[in-house]
Amino acid sequence: MGHPQYKVDKGSITFDGKDITHIPVDERAKAGLFLSFQNPEEVPGITLESFMRSSRNAVTGKPVKLFAYKKELKDKMEGLSMDTSYASRYLNVGFSGGEKKKSEILQMLMLNPKLAILDETDSGLDVDAVKVVSKGVEKYKNSDNSLLIITHNTKILEYLHVDYAHVLMDGKIVKTGDSSLIDYINKSGFQQLAV
Amino acid sequence: MEPARKKTKVKDIDRTIYDFKDKVNPSFEVKEGLTPAIVEEISQKKGDPEWMRGFRLHSLEVYNKLPLPSWGPPLDGLNIDDIVTYIRPKAKMSAKWNDVPDDIKNTFERLGIPKAERESLAGVGAQYDSEVVYHNVREEVRRQGVVYTDMESALKSDKYGPLVKKYFMKVVPPQDHKFAALHGAVWSGGSFVYVPEGVKVEIPLQSYFRLNAPGAGQFEHTLIIVSEGADLHFIEGCSAPKYNVANLHAGCVELVVGKNAHLRYSTIENWSKNMFNLNTKRAVVDEGGTIEWVSGSFGSHVSYLYPMSILKGEHSRMEFTGITFAGKGQSLDTGAKVVHMAPNTYSNINTKSISKDGGYCAYRSSVKIMPDAYGCKSSVSCESLMLDDISGSDTVPVMDIQNDDVEVGHEAKIGRISDDAVFYLMSRGISEQDAKNMIVTGFAEPVAKELPVEYAVEMNNLIKLEMEGAIG
Repeated sequence: MGHPQYKVDKGSITFDGKDITHIPVDERAKAGLFLSFQNPEEVPGITLESFMRSSRNAVTGKPVKLFAYKKELKDKMEGLSMDTSYASRYLNVGFSGGEKKKSEILQMLMLNPKLAILDETDSGLDVDAVKVVSKGVEKYKNSDNSLLIITHNTKILEYLHVDYAHVLMDGKIVKTGDSSLIDYINKSGFQQLAV
Repeated sequence: MEPARKKTKVKDIDRTIYDFKDKVNPSFEVKEGLTPAIVEEISQKKGDPEWMRGFRLHSLEVYNKLPLPSWGPPLDGLNIDDIVTYIRPKAKMSAKWNDVPDDIKNTFERLGIPKAERESLAGVGAQYDSEVVYHNVREEVRRQGVVYTDMESALKSDKYGPLVKKYFMKVVPPQDHKFAALHGAVWSGGSFVYVPEGVKVEIPLQSYFRLNAPGAGQFEHTLIIVSEGADLHFIEGCSAPKYNVANLHAGCVELVVGKNAHLRYSTIENWSKNMFNLNTKRAVVDEGGTIEWVSGSFGSHVSYLYPMSILKGEHSRMEFTGITFAGKGQSLDTGAKVVHMAPNTYSNINTKSISKDGGYCAYRSSVKIMPDAYGCKSSVSCESLMLDDISGSDTVPVMDIQNDDVEVGHEAKIGRISDDAVFYLMSRGISEQDAKNMIVTGFAEPVAKELPVEYAVEMNNLIKLEMEGAIG
């Protein structure tokens, strides 16, 4: 996603046929990239609702119709079993771990990106929350978009159709397979993949 | 012959009135000093009552005896010459719209200030529109028995003159400091508000609708009296830069809050960047009364500003919410003071400061609890945001606690805009500049939400412009 602390010294990133290796973070978002953070930032003074509206306006380049937007936000929050009063709370401030994750998925649903990267979304979520979030992700998924899910725990994958699975160890991809690789790991663990 | 020649420099000052035996600060050596003759002239032109004339002359004496402050941002560039020239009633403030710097005009444009108000704010003339609005506001509150008029009229009125005399510069006496004394000698203009017992004023009264004489505003005196059980929200100033050719603002605000009364006093000060803003604001609160300060300090080259509250009556309360934004070339020294004189009083000071492009913010607070003031609670919190490596921020809290049975707390935080926060916002499509604006606006939120919507919007626009470095 282009975090300033990381520098690319070799290789490149191609997205939708375009080389995005050096383009700024906000332009990657506009190109259709989305990252659901493992530890989302708290941003005081900006409400979830007004932030999302600015974000949608920035990504689509179009003004946001207030009423329709508010209704959509409310519906999606209810779909994620999120207390709708959180829309007027400051972005992530004082949210529990689970609520922060839901806030991330909510943003994904509102922005409808081409590629959503979910970084350990299930960590910190209880069983019910994982189910709710999975359903939300499932609703988002269609034939026009893609998901890149980073996880240690496969519970979140239960409701999703996985095309590819990659195992990353010490900065290297050590194994690639289809969804059967997940069952394999669940049975036999990661260790024997380390070469 | 030689010694006499050496004395020639000092000869210009009218020595029969005062004797400068001690070291004179060179910036105050003037070609024509501030003399009693000038003060007399001012008083006479204004048609002051006798007591005010005497008061002015006495203040001048005090002014000449008091030294300049030995602390705080330097006052180089403060030229009393110009000030003297402009307060002489004969001299006309001949500033014309064409003389107003372009960047000021551009700011008006960008802040969306209506044309009619721009000229008034630039001190170049009275506006018909402003007069009409002012008049209408007055009619509304007059029905409630509220008096809202300019200081000079109040001073001379048969009905309110005695009230003015009773309170004028009792809350802030001329002896307080050099610029209070200067103010006492040459004050001009300002608001007088009197709210009778039990009256709740529904709409906030706003000062910038008042008709200003050209060039006024430098030595404005505001006196607000809220009687027992009454309620008022008064808004002073606005976000547009107030341009003034004479670059000193030594105003004075005195607030008298009666028993169980409530006063909210909001200001956004944005003096143009050539100004020395040496303002004194003070409130005295009676039993069960509450004073709320909401203060936004932008603009001006140097500021010394520490609104002070004296909690005189038992169970009286003070809330202070403030933000200070210092950009390039600015040294803003601000804070708040409170004195707990009576038991069971409460104060809360919550300030934020932002510095950028080499700007410097100093925050000074003083909490004083007197020996008889048991059962008090006071908390002070100060948060500073520095937007780059070259800006500065200092915090100097002072607490003088003379009673054991109290709860006093202080917290201070200083920081930079977190890269992670910027990254997070940018990952949602927001540009880097917008992300920083959002974070800074979010930082100022506690102040913005205390202001009426139009002011909050203007303040946020102002922050945005400051962030872009667009304001001269």
